[in-house]
Amino acid sequence: MPEPGHEPLVVFEGVTRRFGDTVAVERMDLAIGEGEFVAIMGSSGCGKTTTLRMLAGLERPSEGEIRIEGRRVNELSPAERDTPMVWQTLALFPFLDVRRNVEFGLRMRGIPAPARREKAMAWLDRMEIAELADRDVAQLSGGQRQRVALARALVTEPRILLLDEPMSALDANLVVRMQAVLARLQRDLGITFVYVTHSQSEAFAMADRVVIMSRGVVEQIGTPQQVYRSPANRFVAEFVGANNIISGIVTDYREGVVTAETALGMLRATVTGDVARTPGGGITFVVGADRIALSGQPAGAGNEVRLALISEEFIGSVVTLHFEASDGSPFRAQKQQRELDTLALEVGATMWASWPAEDVHVLPGE
Amino acid sequence: MSAERATAWFLRGYVVVVFAFVFAPIAASFVFSFNSDRFPTLPLGHFTLHWYETIFNDPDVWEAFANSAIVSACTAVIATFIGFCTAYTDYRFRFFGKSAYLGLALLPPTIPLVIMGLAMLALLSRIGMSGRLDSIIVAHVVLCSPFAMAVIRLRLAQMDPSLEAAAWNLGASEWQAMGAVILPFTAPAIVAALCLTAAVSFDEFAVAWFVSGLNKTVPVIILEILQGNVDPQINAIGSIVFITSMTLVVVAQILIMTKAPRRA
Repeated sequence: MPEPGHEPLVVFEGVTRRFGDTVAVERMDLAIGEGEFVAIMGSSGCGKTTTLRMLAGLERPSEGEIRIEGRRVNELSPAERDTPMVWQTLALFPFLDVRRNVEFGLRMRGIPAPARREKAMAWLDRMEIAELADRDVAQLSGGQRQRVALARALVTEPRILLLDEPMSALDANLVVRMQAVLARLQRDLGITFVYVTHSQSEAFAMADRVVIMSRGVVEQIGTPQQVYRSPANRFVAEFVGANNIISGIVTDYREGVVTAETALGMLRATVTGDVARTPGGGITFVVGADRIALSGQPAGAGNEVRLALISEEFIGSVVTLHFEASDGSPFRAQKQQRELDTLALEVGATMWASWPAEDVHVLPGE
Repeated sequence: MSAERATAWFLRGYVVVVFAFVFAPIAASFVFSFNSDRFPTLPLGHFTLHWYETIFNDPDVWEAFANSAIVSACTAVIATFIGFCTAYTDYRFRFFGKSAYLGLALLPPTIPLVIMGLAMLALLSRIGMSGRLDSIIVAHVVLCSPFAMAVIRLRLAQMDPSLEAAAWNLGASEWQAMGAVILPFTAPAIVAALCLTAAVSFDEFAVAWFVSGLNKTVPVIILEILQGNVDPQINAIGSIVFITSMTLVVVAQILIMTKAPRRA
């Protein structure tokens, strides 16, 4: 988190980027602190890569100001800033061997050959690929290339590293391993990582804060916890995690508990802070799929809905159950595999789901 | 099964016939260049290097070869440079009128050579440049640049577009990135373009004939000898020209086919 009082490492102030009539990024405000791991997340075309490219100087903002270390960088060429990037394609130079790829940044800065050789070897060693120094990059595996790309970007010891979906070409096993490598590297170096991804698991696994973007607009900035538990709006609630989103009309509001008439019945939610609601107004509840209790019989408690099981989906030890609610809308619950042993799970079976009022997140302003 | 085999044999035979048709005249010229008879008739006379000796001792032929060598070398370098610049601007920039620009750049080979030769002669004589060796070079550069551009453009199209940006990102200025990334990546295509344009220029007759004046190139002198009388020297010169051009073209072809690693 940026400290108050002095300027964070990177500041976006009202930054807009247009391509002809399309707005790729719209009035973005973002502050990234020293040593922070920030993930910018969204589906393709949301403006996340354009944001990164503006930071690297590969795109120029149409409006607004970008500052790095307190200095306006809008007009600086990519070569004039120290913002190395790990590319989606990795963009290793195919006509250079591994060591010369890593040396590239030092060579461009006019560092003499022995010094840059030593430094490159030190980084290859740190990335545990020193023995590959003389190989052609075409001979490397995906994971090895990844490490070369990291070494090449970090060899100039920058204060900030940009990563543009660097793992999109790796298989799932390798992604998990590289996440650990990256997270540790970032902690050890203490520098800022700005990581662009469409993958929620990558973002949540590594980032201190995530920035969720959609159609060029920042939808929410917060820790993974905040974004996951308290989505700022419907888009984030739908985009992040496995949430059940239920809209209704407020019928009652007292002592911090709001009651609403919804398509699934009368539901209650505990409201904190200033999210006061007046009866007759619309309201949207967000209930995390992992907060749902399931039972074969109605328990008669509040916040209980009747569902019909449609399918089960196994992801390791976690099972996602897909239901149809009484009004035909989809409903999801996530359980540990062992929690389901006592339930008779048959497709078409009727079940009751319930959740405590305190676990309901109320979307602000809807 | 046997019908399939028959088809296979037929197709093989067809390929042989096509190649025979294309190469028979050249092969004949090659064979007759070593034949002692003055007229190309069968049966052959005895083996001789006489015709090679004759051209070897003919200062006109020497001069023509020297002219051709200078012209094709200069043409190759200039045309490849222009072709590279055109291909790179196409790769790198988007601008108004780009398709017109590309169309114009690729136009020269579609103009009939006689028209091109005439037009070149008209233009060059008006600006007082006709009948010199450099007038042939100028004309050939116009003719050859599109080939160079096409070859280099093909190579640039195989390049990961992030590669150049990655160089900037690592602190390279635009010129540094050109030298450290674009040139090494396109090097095979550049050499191929040099060979190809040299071969085209070395062979080219029509335009050279119009603008050369007294500075005759090899194709021009071949015609002159041919107009005088039937002389097996032609076969000897022709064989040398053919081998030179073929070598250049084959080298170019090999270089073009070295596949670029698209993502590495």
